[in-house]
Amino acid sequence: MAHHGEHHYNLDQRFDFSASIKKSIMTVLVIGAILLGIGIVLAMTGGHHEEAGEAGGHAFHWYERLYANLWINNVFFTGIAIVGVFFFAIQFAAQAGWSTPILRVMLSFGNWLPIAAVLMIATFFIANHDLFHWTHAYLFDKNDPQYDKIIDGKGAFFYWPMEKGTFPVFYIARMVIFFTFWVFFFNKFKKISDQEDQLGGTSHWFKMRSWSAYFLVFFAVSSSVAAWDWVMSIDTHWFSTLFGWYVFASWFVSGLSAITLLVLFLRGKGYLEMVNENHVHDLGKFVFGFSIFWTYLWFSQFLLIYYANIPEETVYFVERLTSDVYSPFIFVNLALNFFLPFLVLMTRDAKRHGVFLKLVCSILLVGHWIDFFLMVQPGTLGHNGGIGLMEVGMFLVYGSAVALVVLGGLAKKNLIAKNHPMLEESYNHHI
Amino acid sequence: MERDTHFILGVYDDEDVLLHAVEKVRGSGVKIHEVYSPYPVHGLEHVLGYKRSRLPIAAFLFGMLGTSLALTMQFYMMKFDWPMIIGGKDYAAFPDFIPVSFEMTVLLAAFGMVGVFMVSSNLKPWAQPRIFDLRITDDKHVMAIDIANNSAIEVEKIKEILKSSGATEVNNKSFE
Repeated sequence: MAHHGEHHYNLDQRFDFSASIKKSIMTVLVIGAILLGIGIVLAMTGGHHEEAGEAGGHAFHWYERLYANLWINNVFFTGIAIVGVFFFAIQFAAQAGWSTPILRVMLSFGNWLPIAAVLMIATFFIANHDLFHWTHAYLFDKNDPQYDKIIDGKGAFFYWPMEKGTFPVFYIARMVIFFTFWVFFFNKFKKISDQEDQLGGTSHWFKMRSWSAYFLVFFAVSSSVAAWDWVMSIDTHWFSTLFGWYVFASWFVSGLSAITLLVLFLRGKGYLEMVNENHVHDLGKFVFGFSIFWTYLWFSQFLLIYYANIPEETVYFVERLTSDVYSPFIFVNLALNFFLPFLVLMTRDAKRHGVFLKLVCSILLVGHWIDFFLMVQPGTLGHNGGIGLMEVGMFLVYGSAVALVVLGGLAKKNLIAKNHPMLEESYNHHI
Repeated sequence: MERDTHFILGVYDDEDVLLHAVEKVRGSGVKIHEVYSPYPVHGLEHVLGYKRSRLPIAAFLFGMLGTSLALTMQFYMMKFDWPMIIGGKDYAAFPDFIPVSFEMTVLLAAFGMVGVFMVSSNLKPWAQPRIFDLRITDDKHVMAIDIANNSAIEVEKIKEILKSSGATEVNNKSFE
């Protein structure tokens, strides 16, 4: 409305990470750990996977499934964490005012990044051959019967400047550089935001806009390369030119869903009283729109491969669609990540009311986890994969760990950037 | 003179005054025909009590029509009218149909929405627009009140209400 009243909001509010919230999250974590434990014990003792002499020439071990699970969740939750920082930076680059009260909610997801970095690097070194086919030295040895000309051609992308098949310096360096810069930018944003709280004025906003622009350029490249490194390199022979954006889209929808859920959670607890249905509507539009964007990329990748029918490309979908384990999930993936948000969030009312958004965003988090499950498991586990206790348990453990870290970080500082120059604009946001 | 007057116009200088005036005038039981302003006034449709546009429903229906037409056309052509094997696929290879169906959905939704909007807003090319006051294209907001719709209230009373709500002028206007 054009008529602006005086606003008396508590700008010094701080999220109280109370014992009861911690207890609920810990309960989920313990349930997840128990399920994971049972899953591991079942996998260790269950004899139904001991079919030796597979195509790869090695017997299947239960811990391979554990590694694959670690990797799925590493990639998935790293994505949610970095998308929080990315969406924060977007607000400054776009000079957006509507989102001012929820800026710190977005940024808080970055708290997971340092832990994600450690987990990612550690998992890579522990799992190594069990996740990434290209880590085998014999693939690059011309005298070996298993020499692989195609992978040899791509070898430099992993091993440069070392000799192929030794230590993947280039690959590890990329992983370290990406995480280092992501954490650096996250800390930079946090620092500028804190300074703004203390000093006020508009100079911090301009500083933040510059740093956001630098970050977005870096993220544009690093997110795409990270997707090739961490996900596409599992199916080493196969390639897709839009894979980087496809993974980014999946990350972005997951991140937006997580941000929306956290905003609704905080509102439900009585915080962020200036965030009304207009702000929620905008978040809903983002979730709705980028779900369609994800579908667009998923389908673009599928249709071109399906239509061109080139064996080296179709293998990716043949592996998934002809598998008893994975083929149902292809359709589950599309149903949860496209049809559900498309149909449920189409109307204006659904985007403005928390009930629908909470439902859709929760399902989307599971849906996009399934998307990453479909990217990682067929290439690493083949027909030994699937969604069982181990998958559910690991997802719950990671999810609650992320929740603890993110909420812990959120509770340390004021919830609202009280000296942000566009705070008044966001109060009057009306759509 | 009085008998020829069909509309009473309240002219306002300021959008804030206008928004409150709309509330006051409606509150006193006068039905407002329409408010004209040189630029979109935020919240005006809200105080006027307008219901939300049903245009999205039209867009959805036209979109669905586009999808069905596109799918019917492609299935008919590719499966029955002139079957061809392309790339070793079935005659009716559903994934191939999606891009065309998508485009037809967007096309018909857009055309349908524009058409419905033009009809419902009386934007027919041959429509004669009724200009209440030329200054609504410049710097004045005009609230038009149809006397026929407010037969229960005296004309002088309506003019008084408009004046007291902050109108800088109150004029009469009639059309042929």
